[in-house]
Amino acid sequence: MKLRHGLMVAAAAAAIAVAAPVVKAETFKYAFQGNLSSLDPHSLNETFLLVSLGNIYEGLSIYDDNLGIQPGLAESWETIEPTKWKFNLRKGVKFHNGNDFTAQDVVFSWQRALSEGSDQKVRASKIKAIEVIDDHTIIIETPAPNPILTSDLVFVYIMDKEWSEKNKTASATSASADNTGNYANLHSNGTGPFKVVDHKADVKTTFDRNPAYWSKIKSNVTKVEFTPIKEAATRVAALISGELDLVYPIPVQDWKRLDEAEGVKALAGPEARTIFLGMDQSRDELLYSNIKGKNPFKDIRVRQAFAHALNLEAIKKKVMRGAATPTGLMVAPQINGFVEELNTPYAYDPAKSKALLVEAGYPDGFEVTMDCPNNRYVNDEKICQAAVSMLAKVGVKVSLLAQPKSKYFGKVLSSGGFDTSFYLLGWTPGTMDSENVLSSLLSCQNKETKTGLFNLGNYCNPKVDELTKKVGSETDQVKRNAMIKEIFQTVKDEYGYLPLHQQPLSWGVSDRVTVSQRADNGLDFRYVVVNK
Amino acid sequence: MENSVEKSRIARLLDNDVWHSYIRSPVAIISSIVTLIAIFGALFAPFLAPNDPFDMVAIDIMDSSLPPAWQLDGDPRFLLGTDDQGRGILSTIMYGARISLFVGFASVIFSMVVGITLGLISGYVGGRVDAFIMRIADIQLSFPAILIALLLDGVARGIVPKELHEDVTIYVLVFAIGISGWVQYARTVRGSTLVEKNKEYVQAARVIGIRRGTILRRHILPNVMGPVMVIATIHLAIAIITEATLSFLGVGVPPTTPSLGTLIRIGNEYLFSGEWWITIFPGAALVILVLAVNLLGDWLRDALNPKLR
Amino acid sequence: MVSFLFKRLLQSVIVMFTVGLIAFSMFRFVGDPINNMVGQDTSEQERIELRERLGLDDPFLVQFGRFALNAVQGDFGMSYKYRVPVSGMIFERMPATLELSFVAAILSLALGIPLGVYTALKRNSFLSKLIMTTSLVGVSLPTFLTGILLILFFGVVLRWLPTFGRGDVVEFSAWSTGFLTVSGLKSLILPSITLALFQMTLIMRLVRAEMLEVLRTDFVKFAKARGLPNRLVNFKHALKNTLVPVITITGLQLGSLIAFAIITESVFQWPGMGLLFIQAIADVDIPIMAAYLVLIAFFFVLINMIVDILYYAVDPRLRADNE
Repeated sequence: MKLRHGLMVAAAAAAIAVAAPVVKAETFKYAFQGNLSSLDPHSLNETFLLVSLGNIYEGLSIYDDNLGIQPGLAESWETIEPTKWKFNLRKGVKFHNGNDFTAQDVVFSWQRALSEGSDQKVRASKIKAIEVIDDHTIIIETPAPNPILTSDLVFVYIMDKEWSEKNKTASATSASADNTGNYANLHSNGTGPFKVVDHKADVKTTFDRNPAYWSKIKSNVTKVEFTPIKEAATRVAALISGELDLVYPIPVQDWKRLDEAEGVKALAGPEARTIFLGMDQSRDELLYSNIKGKNPFKDIRVRQAFAHALNLEAIKKKVMRGAATPTGLMVAPQINGFVEELNTPYAYDPAKSKALLVEAGYPDGFEVTMDCPNNRYVNDEKICQAAVSMLAKVGVKVSLLAQPKSKYFGKVLSSGGFDTSFYLLGWTPGTMDSENVLSSLLSCQNKETKTGLFNLGNYCNPKVDELTKKVGSETDQVKRNAMIKEIFQTVKDEYGYLPLHQQPLSWGVSDRVTVSQRADNGLDFRYVVVNK
Repeated sequence: MENSVEKSRIARLLDNDVWHSYIRSPVAIISSIVTLIAIFGALFAPFLAPNDPFDMVAIDIMDSSLPPAWQLDGDPRFLLGTDDQGRGILSTIMYGARISLFVGFASVIFSMVVGITLGLISGYVGGRVDAFIMRIADIQLSFPAILIALLLDGVARGIVPKELHEDVTIYVLVFAIGISGWVQYARTVRGSTLVEKNKEYVQAARVIGIRRGTILRRHILPNVMGPVMVIATIHLAIAIITEATLSFLGVGVPPTTPSLGTLIRIGNEYLFSGEWWITIFPGAALVILVLAVNLLGDWLRDALNPKLR
Repeated sequence: MVSFLFKRLLQSVIVMFTVGLIAFSMFRFVGDPINNMVGQDTSEQERIELRERLGLDDPFLVQFGRFALNAVQGDFGMSYKYRVPVSGMIFERMPATLELSFVAAILSLALGIPLGVYTALKRNSFLSKLIMTTSLVGVSLPTFLTGILLILFFGVVLRWLPTFGRGDVVEFSAWSTGFLTVSGLKSLILPSITLALFQMTLIMRLVRAEMLEVLRTDFVKFAKARGLPNRLVNFKHALKNTLVPVITITGLQLGSLIAFAIITESVFQWPGMGLLFIQAIADVDIPIMAAYLVLIAFFFVLINMIVDILYYAVDPRLRADNE
């Protein structure tokens, strides 16, 4: 074992030596606030888990460090019909156990992602059928024309069919008891540049470089150690004391300290996540308000008054320490469909806000309860507190209910019956395309078509719904973007949502390493370089 | 007649031994003054505090994170600086102490009442009742306050309607901290009761037909109050600390009406930011308050124990 | 003797059952576990299916019956979040917590007893009073603050000691120990001091009080009157009599030490059972929470029973009462 390990390291070092003159083993240690709950790529639809596993497993397409789509296990692809795509698979790729990667593995992984217990069914169902032409050519059929199929496939990771069947892990790890001890939950066998050598969920995960990786990568790291650290203060302390090379997220208020401390710095950048406020616009009477018999948010003037009462610059400057990007749009600049001219936030104008409230018939304001998570987004609770204080100044008395994410989501999501009148939420479209925002957040709630399920306040405009449907199957990018723009314009004019800002990515990095910070807050080991 | 005997006993106790011990102990004097100041400041916070940290209209986010008034960017309106929301630290400490002390006193009184009652019954009645109560006490002792509070908080959040959560949290805390403290009172009171009930004056009272409740209240209770006061003082300190710890674990009072513990938890996030006043002042306030109470309890124990004099 | 044992055993079973019932019923209220098991954009239909598969919609008694039956066999089900058997996870974490609690207990005894003896013997010296007062400072600081301040000073400013975790551990089949590596031992220092501080003060004060009591008793006075050297009287006779209650209390406190480790573990990211539990609360991972509480209750019941039986063996009056 020891010998083999040594050989592997030597081989890895030799492989890197081609790119840069490195011979010594380089260990990279990092910590995140959450943990790697499973190694099964189909177990949980969560960005951190998926991006972390992206170092072990790969999809047909992969993201580069700017979230651009690059060929992954597929060398190239072409659309042969609106609903048929031909993928040429990469030849000579081996799984970590030495097995060859073939078309059968793709079919198997797709079926596994659709299996009972999988949390990747939504992505996998973007594929209707797979036709195997030969070992390295497949044709994927989609249920409808899908211009962004390759984005949808990034996180559909490919597993080894033979290995999975041998280890009886042909269906995804699920939480139900009849799937006890699923092998892939604790073991992995991917094609990625790193492989897991030791995994104790919630304690430590150790990765080794895969010497046989199919592509040259920038990284010179041979070993990676990941530790989850929940307390922000403990995380920052571990970085400053030099025990770790990278910790994230770090509190934005600690940036100054990190920059002053020796050997470490704060690494910040815009995240693709948009934070916004939503209002219940569908119930005839708000669940949590002193106004009975009617719903103030149904009056556009009230929504407008809220929009003008919020001082986004103050939130940026004081709550986010200058690290947020105030926004007028429900998507970030990195997202396809972003419209620059619509991105100007609603103007801060408390006088106008008061006047609008008077006009709407609430000269003394009204009372409403706001739901807010307190451990989900950057400074989420503090943003809510600031909003409460700003709304108080125009006469709206907001009582704040800030809860941990499990309780918060349990209350406000569809499983809790959309039990909220006014709330804060954040959203990153996983596909990096606006369509996801249109169908999840801007369409009317509809359980059958599974649209608008995260439109918690049920902002509803049939015209938007109709256009969204068209966007879903339009393959002409120019026409498609024009329709997306029309939708965003409508929602903005109707004050359907109150966008606040894109939150910052906030990492603390040791000067010992150079890393690439992806806008989905993901760490890709391919771009981690230990400095000389 | 009984009244005058009882009164003179208490009076004698105070006039002579305890008072003299107090006068001669600078530690006791200082800590009692500190405690009184804290109670006074907390009680009259609405009149004394320079600003009202709970008034959403008055708070301005643009005032946030100001350093103490004597520093370069300080603002004279905020003597000890402001927190991340623009609330004056001094005012939040005064209001926070109010909540910490309320939770402390209320839970102490709660466990005192439960503990004394059960202890008296257990000691006086004896037999199966005694065995039953003491067994429950054993079980209770096996669970630390923190675990009980975590459990109860979870239950309460489930039972109570969501819109009332904020209002009931504080009572849940009082109940949780109180319920885990009654055993000590019960055991102490039971012990003293066992001793007292066989004394001649109690026997005599029983013989002349005074009712059980009256005997317990008039004759036995006053005799056990000394040790009970000692436990209560120390328990007050523990209750305040427990509340702070629970806040750290995320089940304390809501941050819109913070206690000292909540303030420290919030301040924790600013330990590395250079905004030391957000952490240090509430932390110091808590430590000084609890230390003063602990020192008082320590002194009281020695003062009430005639054997140690 | 048999009837006494039987009674105690029956009581213990009732206690365990009650704890199980309370723990289980509370979990129904802590939040919807589904939200932590699936991602934010998982569809409603899939959520409903998952609820059904987990039996979350069954009647309360059915769910509890299932829980109790399995628990007796040491099966606490699968963790919702990690999807592995909970009993395995708990046992994997147990060494970390037990080692931490053990070191903290030793530390508090090793410091608490001598300090207690000293402050009792030199009751009125300045140093005694200083020790008594500063020990109160220790218990006036919330544990989490002590931990963070220690990290800040010894970890960040001086950089002498690790700020988090257990360091390197050596595995012996089911047990992983941090005692055998330098980094493991170094990692133990700050957390165990944090955890021991409160207990140390308690033990010190207990020893002092007991010592003072014993020193006043006739046999000590008599021994002194006989002209035995003070040192001999103090340590051989007085301390020996003091230690019995001290050890009893320490034994009972061991349980609360394990529970208090929750806070220390979350400050130091110490990979023990307490950290697992507190994260399970945040994740609403009901099986882990249930298993932890039942296990802690089991520890307490066990310790209590051992203490009871020892007392029974030592104290003849108890036997007379029961037979």
